[in-house]
Amino acid sequence: MGITFRKETFRDDFTFKNSPEHIRRFPFPFNEDAYMYAVNIEPHVVGPKGSVLENLIDVDEHYVAEMQDRALVLAEDPLRCQSLPHMTLAGWDLLELLMEQQALGYPEHFTLERDGDRWRWINRPLGIDDTFIFGDTSTLPYGPMEYITRQSQGDFCILDQRDGNLWMDAGMVTTQADWSLDFDIGMNFFEWHAPVPLAHEKGIFTRALKFLTNIQQGKPARRLNWTMTINPRLDTSPENYHKWGPDRATVTPENVGDKVHLRVELQSFWRLPRSNAIVFPIRCYLIKMDELVTQPKWARRLHRVIRDLPEELATYKGLTRYRPTLVEWLSKLDDGSPTSPGFGPD
Amino acid sequence: MSTGTTKLDVVVSDVVPVNDLVTRFHFRRRDGELLPTFSGGAHVVVEMRDGDRTRLNPYSLMGSPLDTREYTISIRRDDVGRGGSLFMHRQVKPGLEMVISYPVNLFSLDLRAKKHLMLAGGIGITPFMAQTSQLAAAGGNFELHYTCRTASLGTYADVLQQRYGNRVRLYHDDREERIDLERLLSSQPLGTHLYVCGPAGMINWVRDRAASLGWPPETVHFEHFAAPQPGAPFDVTLAVSDKTIRVGEQQSLLEAIEAAGVDPPYLCRGGVCGQCETNVISFDGKFIHNDHWLSEEDHRSGCKIMPCVSRFEGKSLVLER
Repeated sequence: MGITFRKETFRDDFTFKNSPEHIRRFPFPFNEDAYMYAVNIEPHVVGPKGSVLENLIDVDEHYVAEMQDRALVLAEDPLRCQSLPHMTLAGWDLLELLMEQQALGYPEHFTLERDGDRWRWINRPLGIDDTFIFGDTSTLPYGPMEYITRQSQGDFCILDQRDGNLWMDAGMVTTQADWSLDFDIGMNFFEWHAPVPLAHEKGIFTRALKFLTNIQQGKPARRLNWTMTINPRLDTSPENYHKWGPDRATVTPENVGDKVHLRVELQSFWRLPRSNAIVFPIRCYLIKMDELVTQPKWARRLHRVIRDLPEELATYKGLTRYRPTLVEWLSKLDDGSPTSPGFGPD
Repeated sequence: MSTGTTKLDVVVSDVVPVNDLVTRFHFRRRDGELLPTFSGGAHVVVEMRDGDRTRLNPYSLMGSPLDTREYTISIRRDDVGRGGSLFMHRQVKPGLEMVISYPVNLFSLDLRAKKHLMLAGGIGITPFMAQTSQLAAAGGNFELHYTCRTASLGTYADVLQQRYGNRVRLYHDDREERIDLERLLSSQPLGTHLYVCGPAGMINWVRDRAASLGWPPETVHFEHFAAPQPGAPFDVTLAVSDKTIRVGEQQSLLEAIEAAGVDPPYLCRGGVCGQCETNVISFDGKFIHNDHWLSEEDHRSGCKIMPCVSRFEGKSLVLER
């Protein structure tokens, strides 16, 4: 049967919506009624059927629309996709990983045929059927990383590992929460995390780097991160701040449910075999408040988390301006009763 | 056993004597599938079940990363070591089922290099076998300088010269041939990266000379797995798991901890990756540190030990395990 791909937009008229099944599978990021940073990393193993972890690379009903939005972003700003010269081999590693995982998880939509170096890739939702020589860039319309990440949901950073550090040396970044690949390209792990408040003092980045540089082949890891976005806009980049920044002043008590979105990133970390680099897919999931509060447990919990969030974090996540309006709106859905443990809806 | 890597069930598909000291072992997956792709410089940890004791030793993969039907490693026989190489040479025959780890690379090529300058000593040639295959297939610029005791002990020297011609330069100790290191390191183009694998003395010599000639440290790469050394037995108290164990003469401290049912993390088992770093709670005696991970300050402090390669002599040692 396969997935029914939605026709929808992430800009202008913002017709993005989640179906009821997709609301229930939303990766709600809070397992308790409060939030603080932690090194919340766990093995990236297959999770329950019907969850976003059913496959290690998730494809959902927004796939086609997200790929169309990515193409629009790249047409306006080609620097959202960059790969330093030494990263081409890692690009081939990523192409193999994404083709294998998508074909494995969704055989009705994707097929990979390998005959030695001669590969055939069929992507039915996007109408692609290409035959190419693995390792020979001249046989693809784009470099290997750009080719496959134009066909894969989520942003992708490829981190070169050397000198005991990780270096942001390649990436496809069009659905980001206010950071810029063009700014960060070539930086190391500590440099690109410099703006994050509180976590440095807790030594979180030193420990996280130690963990990441020891990620082993065949043993990917994952974590969730979150922020909020006004309107279902995938491209909230610093480059386009003038387009989305002012949206934050448009939240009113009447439009909270439709405009305010919880934005969750499923971040995973994989060792790439040929290049020994790490790929860091950042998969963005959006859900509007009206959809989220159809699950009463999530409504109660989100109210408590946003209400009690430390001021520095609220500022860093860009919530300051509309936080009081949002908390007031959510408070009407919180009767004070306890919430069950765990992430899932009741 | 808790480890950083997944295990692979393999069968020994071939055992090939290469010369008087070195034998090559070929592994295939028992299920007939392809092995995982790897990058040049990667090693696997081989589990050797020898009666009631298990040794786990790391060996560099030396085949082409482009061919994952089988993995190959080459092992030099060490007649005075703890017995791992002797076990492999004497008891491992084609058809034997073994367990190895997924590949791990702690000696990776820096793919930014304009040129890769490789210096090998003895059995230290093995990671370069894979790295040169990888670079040659991608049109990479490399040059290999290989020192061996005699021509007949120049493991794979013939293969390398046949493959790469004058990109490989051999030096034989018995003919008093020496690398002119000063000249070699002074005459490289900008953007060259230096890789060295061989005996500790050679690694130190090359690193010191490179540093004195102004090579930036991030362009000098080296791999030296310290094999665990045998030594006098000693007793250790594991405070967290509330156990007292004895480390045998031919056993490493890590192996003794594992034999007691405690599973510290590990990757390389050669004193370089840092995974098994263990805090010392108290001691009365003297450490024999053999690792390349802890700083000299750590070694002097008596607060930490790498149980994969280091030992202890004295009255008592209490570890946070």
